[in-house]
Amino acid sequence: MEIYMKMSEIASLLDAKVLCCEELIEHEVHSACGSDMMSDVLAYVKNQAVLLTGLVNPQVIRTAEMMDMRCIVFVRNKMPSPEMLELAADASIVVLATKMRMFEACGRLYSGGLMPQEV
Amino acid sequence: MDNASPLAFHFDVDGNDFTSAGEASVQVKKILRRIGIDSEAIRRVSIAMYEAEINMVIHAGGGEAELFITDDKVTLVMTDRGPGIADIELAMREGYSTAPDNIRSLGFGAGMGLPNIKRYTDELNIESEVGKGTKITMSVNI
Repeated sequence: MEIYMKMSEIASLLDAKVLCCEELIEHEVHSACGSDMMSDVLAYVKNQAVLLTGLVNPQVIRTAEMMDMRCIVFVRNKMPSPEMLELAADASIVVLATKMRMFEACGRLYSGGLMPQEV
Repeated sequence: MDNASPLAFHFDVDGNDFTSAGEASVQVKKILRRIGIDSEAIRRVSIAMYEAEINMVIHAGGGEAELFITDDKVTLVMTDRGPGIADIELAMREGYSTAPDNIRSLGFGAGMGLPNIKRYTDELNIESEVGKGTKITMSVNI
């Protein structure tokens, strides 16, 4: 059975702030990946809708946009710049920020039913 | 669309600013969406071009990208006047990278760029001369 999760549930599980595209937050996703290496995201990730990362630069948004991702979660209290949020808004990507570290953030979403890849 | 007169677009890739790398790929993605090309093909073109654009900014100080759209494929020609690739076979190997450390701290330079371009495209041709530059021609069938 495929489990879908609304992006609002992701925000709630991660106690995250919504920084961009709040109007899209009730849309559903069902897979995620976590990485600070955009090279690896571009090479190994397939069809995941959510990217969790502690890397903060505009290439994170562009990488997600190229991969057709729907949501970026910045972990470890990392805050994207206004310029990055503008890029995300232009690409209709929901941006969340959580205080949690990568391991805990991924763990909560995995336990909540998000999958590591499309089925 | 007529194969004899493909739709053609030209983009300059600014090599001075890593933060702006990818702007041409974003434009290309928008053009392909507007034309109504299949979304999986768009994604493959976008990722391959983005990798090539990042390479151009990291290694070659920018360059130019040409986009050609015919009824059966999307072709990109990425040309730079950078240092060239001494050993293309080695550069195609996963994990081989000559990117400086500061690029790794930005999330790139894992040595996956060229192998990834090959993975996402149907045709790939790399012409390179040390000291002169590199021309990458890649196509995705639509």
